[in-house]
Amino acid sequence: MDLFEYQGKELLRKFEVPVPEGRVATNPDEARAAAEGLGGKVVVKAQVQVGGRGKAGGIKLASNPDEASSAAEQILGMDIKGHVVKRVLIERAGIIESEYYLSFLLDRSERDVLGMMSAKGGIDIEEVAETDPDAIARVHIPPLLGISDFHARELVFGAGIDAAARKEAIAIIPTLYRAFVESDASLIEVNPLVLMDTGRVVALDAKVTLDDSADYRHPYFSELKSAHEVPEQERLAKEKGLNFIKLQGDVGIIGNGAGLVMSTLDVVKAAGGDSANFLDVGGGAGAELLSNALEIITSDKAVKAVLVNIFGGITRCDLVAEGIIDAFGRLDMKVPVVVRLDGTNAEQGRKMLADAPDELLIAEKTMLGAAEKAVALAHRGTD
Amino acid sequence: MAILIGRDTRLVVQGLTGREGSFHAKRNQEYGTDLVAGVTPGKGGSDVSGTPVFDTVERAVSETGANAALVFVPPRFAADAILEAHDAGIEVIIAVTEGVPALDMARAVAHVRASGNGVYLIGPNCPGVISPGLANVGIIPGEICSEGPVGLVSRSGTLTYQIVHELTQKGVGQSTCVGIGGDPIPGSNFIDILTLFEDDQDTELVVVVGEIGGDAEERAAEWSKANMTKPIVAYVAGLTAPEGKRMGHAGAIVSGSKGTAKAKIEALEGAGIRVGRNPTEVAEIVAEIKG
Repeated sequence: MDLFEYQGKELLRKFEVPVPEGRVATNPDEARAAAEGLGGKVVVKAQVQVGGRGKAGGIKLASNPDEASSAAEQILGMDIKGHVVKRVLIERAGIIESEYYLSFLLDRSERDVLGMMSAKGGIDIEEVAETDPDAIARVHIPPLLGISDFHARELVFGAGIDAAARKEAIAIIPTLYRAFVESDASLIEVNPLVLMDTGRVVALDAKVTLDDSADYRHPYFSELKSAHEVPEQERLAKEKGLNFIKLQGDVGIIGNGAGLVMSTLDVVKAAGGDSANFLDVGGGAGAELLSNALEIITSDKAVKAVLVNIFGGITRCDLVAEGIIDAFGRLDMKVPVVVRLDGTNAEQGRKMLADAPDELLIAEKTMLGAAEKAVALAHRGTD
Repeated sequence: MAILIGRDTRLVVQGLTGREGSFHAKRNQEYGTDLVAGVTPGKGGSDVSGTPVFDTVERAVSETGANAALVFVPPRFAADAILEAHDAGIEVIIAVTEGVPALDMARAVAHVRASGNGVYLIGPNCPGVISPGLANVGIIPGEICSEGPVGLVSRSGTLTYQIVHELTQKGVGQSTCVGIGGDPIPGSNFIDILTLFEDDQDTELVVVVGEIGGDAEERAAEWSKANMTKPIVAYVAGLTAPEGKRMGHAGAIVSGSKGTAKAKIEALEGAGIRVGRNPTEVAEIVAEIKG
């Protein structure tokens, strides 16, 4: 789960990582009140779960409450890379001496937690990694021992952080690591971490990703999640236990297993089509789940054909067939559904489909053949 | 010989008395795997279709000589189960459980690796390991596999089935198929398994099945160039995956320019590895090399 900046900062504040004082506003009046409460110059920042909001005009300076109100008016409702701004964060503005980069993340390759720091903050760290890799200091934190003070020193001295910021930066690093571990994060990125003219070191931004698998031991995860915007179709799918992501094409996809579904999207593309979604019914899907999946996919008007690609392991193809037949009986199906079944009880499933003929229900033997058929059907009538 | 599991495997299933555990343990047993014990705390002394159940793995090992463990316990207990199996002297631990917190796994993996006793941990969130004709530990459908000289290692479950199925249909059998799982912190990575295949006399060629996210494929490519004498054929799923969307697996996400299928394919091809554009083509390339 990716947090909004304001949520990430609340989390950091709990662990005593210094963050600027700020308030959340959902309309211009609230923004004005927030600016009045904070006093002085403020920054009005769009709250979206996507990078690049600064370039998109989603961050504005305001020297008084009136300006804060009009800045909020401009930013609220703005569309930033497909994310509509529903909230702004109003923060007291200060004078920044230097900007740094600091992060902790799960390192898949080393299978531990990687800490990274750079004196080149405020810009995309991937760009720094490409143009000036030596400007990034890295330390691997042993999962069983946790962080030691020397790790913090290695980051700060390794990154060449200004002498004036060293002491506070060295103190912040272990607290940030503690926040990472104790809240089961997979990423905490502070970019920039800044040295203010007051000599304080503060986390000016916070990008936090939490590990959904750990939600059972963090009851507040669900509270954080409730603020997140989820497209209607994705929300419905999730409620039904389906892993669904909306995409831009016109071929609806249903498959079992993330890898096979990804591969199916690729094969559809190679056949000249574009997938309308990623939908993984997971392992051991039953008839009802399949029927629900078809309902969700075909509720999207952009979908011109559906491809069901199942390789049964735990999943039984006879139950998949039962679900498809159920959906055909239950829904007013308007688009062709191409089905490819293999694996556990595939023959039985194929026979069930053959025994329930429908001109919109097409069986194919192979994954490639099914993809080509679905793409051809989706394009029929539009060419 | 195969790798990781075979005729000498004596399997203990952690969570044998659960619905999934008993179902798949039975399937593994029917395949020919030597299932010797189950573990469910509090149910020691009972049995599941004749297989004795113990309260602890330590007890199961001392009573039955179990040397491999299949972890089928719920996510919040999985890391603990792995540690228990490891400390009881189990040599190969295969964790099927999906949804284990990543930091739990980071600690468990660190412990297993630090002990330096050569224990292999496969998974979590993986379909398991099968050495066709010898033993099956996990949820891979045995009937799609056939005996032969091709080793397979994969981050994905059903995609593995698809490729194994295509290989079998082309008459190409497998020595061992290893699902390492799609989690951010895997117990074993491609290089760990490639090392085993390189030393396995029954394996002549290895298929590597990757997907978007992380840099495991890139690292495997670089490592293989210097260390593998056996040919590798690869596949990478997710060429058309959009940035920033987690494609089902916790580990499968493209962030920025990192973790793209394109970069992985380039790295693999740069290391002289042939990459199939789809599962069918992978099997065709393998069949062509095997002649």
